Amino acid sequence: MTDVRTTPAAQYLTYKLDEEVFAIDISKVREVLDFTAVTKVPQTPDFMRGVINLRGSVVPVLDLRLKFGMAETTRTVNTCIIIVEVFVDNERTILGALADSVQEVIDLGAEQIEPAPRIGMRLKTDFIRGMGKRDSQFVIILDIDKVFSAEELAIVQQTETAETISV
Amino acid sequence: MDNQMDRHREAFREEAFELLTELETALLELEEMPDDAELIGRVFRAMHTIKGSGAMFGFDDISRFTHEVETVFDQVRNGKIAVTKQLIDLTLSARDRVREMLGSSEESSAAASASEEIVSALRSLISDRQQLQAERSIREEESEQSGHEITYRIRFKPSPGLMRNGTNPIMLLNELGTLGRQRVVAQKNSLPRLEELVPEDCCTSWDIILTTDRGMNAIRDVFVFVEDLAEISIQVIDDCGAMTEDGCKKLGAILIERGDIAEAELAAVLPLQKKVGELLVEKGIVAPDQVEAALAEQQHIREVREHREKTEAGSSIRVPSEKLDKLVDLVGELVTIQARLSQMAVGRNDALLFSITEEVERLTAELRDNIMNIRMLPIGSTFSKFRRLVRDLSKELGKEIEMTTSGAETELDKTVIDKLGDPLVHLIRNCIDHGIELPDEREKASKPGSGNIHLSAMHSGAYVVIEIADDGKGLDAEAIRRKGIEKGLITAEAELSEKELYSLILAPGFSTARTVTNVSGRGVGMDVVKRAIDELRGTIEISSRKGQGSTMTLKLPLTLAIIEGLLIRVAGEHFVLPLSAVLECVEFSGTERAAAHGRNIVNVRGQLVPFISLRQKFSLGNTTPAIEHIVIAEISGTQCGFVVDQVIGEHQTVIKSLGSIYRSVAGISGATILGDGTVALILDMPALFQMAAAEEISS
Repeated sequence: MTDVRTTPAAQYLTYKLDEEVFAIDISKVREVLDFTAVTKVPQTPDFMRGVINLRGSVVPVLDLRLKFGMAETTRTVNTCIIIVEVFVDNERTILGALADSVQEVIDLGAEQIEPAPRIGMRLKTDFIRGMGKRDSQFVIILDIDKVFSAEELAIVQQTETAETISV
Repeated sequence: MDNQMDRHREAFREEAFELLTELETALLELEEMPDDAELIGRVFRAMHTIKGSGAMFGFDDISRFTHEVETVFDQVRNGKIAVTKQLIDLTLSARDRVREMLGSSEESSAAASASEEIVSALRSLISDRQQLQAERSIREEESEQSGHEITYRIRFKPSPGLMRNGTNPIMLLNELGTLGRQRVVAQKNSLPRLEELVPEDCCTSWDIILTTDRGMNAIRDVFVFVEDLAEISIQVIDDCGAMTEDGCKKLGAILIERGDIAEAELAAVLPLQKKVGELLVEKGIVAPDQVEAALAEQQHIREVREHREKTEAGSSIRVPSEKLDKLVDLVGELVTIQARLSQMAVGRNDALLFSITEEVERLTAELRDNIMNIRMLPIGSTFSKFRRLVRDLSKELGKEIEMTTSGAETELDKTVIDKLGDPLVHLIRNCIDHGIELPDEREKASKPGSGNIHLSAMHSGAYVVIEIADDGKGLDAEAIRRKGIEKGLITAEAELSEKELYSLILAPGFSTARTVTNVSGRGVGMDVVKRAIDELRGTIEISSRKGQGSTMTLKLPLTLAIIEGLLIRVAGEHFVLPLSAVLECVEFSGTERAAAHGRNIVNVRGQLVPFISLRQKFSLGNTTPAIEHIVIAEISGTQCGFVVDQVIGEHQTVIKSLGSIYRSVAGISGATILGDGTVALILDMPALFQMAAAEEISS
């Protein structure tokens, strides 16, 4: 947490999942797309919605609502795919995250960020980098690398290694 | 300047690694054919080049070290030392030393002493024989000199940059002069005007007529450092006696003498030249200068022609493989966009658009094939790498093994070849360590004492089949079975075919070797092989006969980038099946389904074919259409059907990776982008088949 406190104001992209406002470090965000057709990859967990065509490359899309234990994202005019760049297993990976709507880009100084409370978040505290305070409202700043870390995605790997051994 | 030097050093390193590979191949071949002068020459030249360019770029250690080896091979080349196993061993270890020296910037004392050892061993090799032969060799040298004299025409045309890396062309010419009598003619016509002259550029080229008894190799050796920086052509013009005086020859003949025109060109130019000459004579203005000018002009024409010919001849060029990868990506995109265009055109019903689309389609297909072709490399270079492995390892284990290969010219995509190296090393190590017995064991089994490993490659449809066969003791089916039960991979009462039993050794954590050797037998090898082959979307099969040897058969796709696919649809989702394995598509009606009584077997013209319903397998949609289709494919020798809703047709499939998080989803080998921009998944039919088989066994 110390590094968060010492860094000067940084920019964050805020977006909504259900009624809650989340934020991610803008340096992780590559672009925001309108919702397009997602091709489901069979035999993978529900929160992994599938893959999309991003100008010729195939990019996985994850549903953060399912990941965070909310109801599945339903498509509206505001539904977006936020394309982020994360490190999975020290490998740079491009991923898409579904959001109900994208809000704005905000500046948050170090003094505006508080550590996340240990309990009562309904979310793994690992996923949260801090709570940003803005006009008496709180935004949850996600540590996107942790959310998409190898262990979090390992569920996929496990389901299938069991199958390969039996071959 | 420093930067430039670094770049040069890097280039040297790259070149040296290549030369070392060449050296190794030549040495191993030389071991088999110790008298082949051509091979000895290759070894010598490789060493010589490393030495020379090493010194040029400040790798003095390497240069000094290789000099010693070169000295020995000079003796070999002159027939003073015979090629022995000892010599090959030493040279191979010297080669490894050079490789290490290239890798490390600083020499440790241990490394230095290793070099020292090799050098002294090499020196003793010379002194052993040289003293005995010293006198004889001198006599030989004398007789050699008085022997057969040949006149060569040498054209030495350096690139402008020659002098910038420290080469002095005059020195080269002087060195050449020591070989025999020579006549040098400088060609100055490419010199720019004084104000345009860059003093560091070498704009002159030389024609040399050399009469010598030293042979072509001696001449090549003079130019060995500049081979890449200059055009050098050496031709025999007269293979006996000295050259004749130039003076009495006609203009045309002088031109030939200087090698200014080729035979065909001469025929074309000769009448022209005569005409000019006559004209000049008529006008009475023939002056030496003008003749010279005419000559220069002719030469200019020749040069232009030669240049054009050279471009046409299409000499090979070196391209970084990333550039090729980029090109393949672009073609992939082009194929995708073309599919989209085709889809649009079909919808528009516009004849003109349609014909353009067809043209684009044809061009794209051609472009794709050509680019894929560029990336194809013969597998032979990979095979020859294993010679060394077999040689060293068998020696270490006290076994006698010979490696034979066939189909080395079989071409495979570069990516496939690159990724194939490690698994093949594993398999060959296994053959040497577990497969082939010690010589006395072999003789007891009334087999020849020396074992054989045969590597072969051949094309088979869209696949390349690579076989690694040994004539060793074969696999012990019983031991594998026991081990499989012990490791919990199979149940005690499981009835497995031989093939299935053998494939157990590919499972993780399986190893039958009783002791762990440093060669293999850690039980990690074979599943690594399996995984690597899986990644290449290939298959591996094992067959074996006890006491007679075993064969590993790898089947690999020709390319990893673009395949012919069959587009199908299940419950609104598109999938692609690799077309190469598809045999036929048949209808599957409700009555047939009822006739199967819930079993997943269908009767196709009297033959029972098991099938997998993709709808069930992937839990897609609920309502089964009245008529489904079965795509029948051949999977490792057996037929298997895949039930789909609709077969759409052929599809040029540009394979895209699903990315790291979906990397190991079973049954899906990748994705592709369809004409409408959506993503379709490519199914891995063998994996689906095996999954289904495994499910049946477990239930």
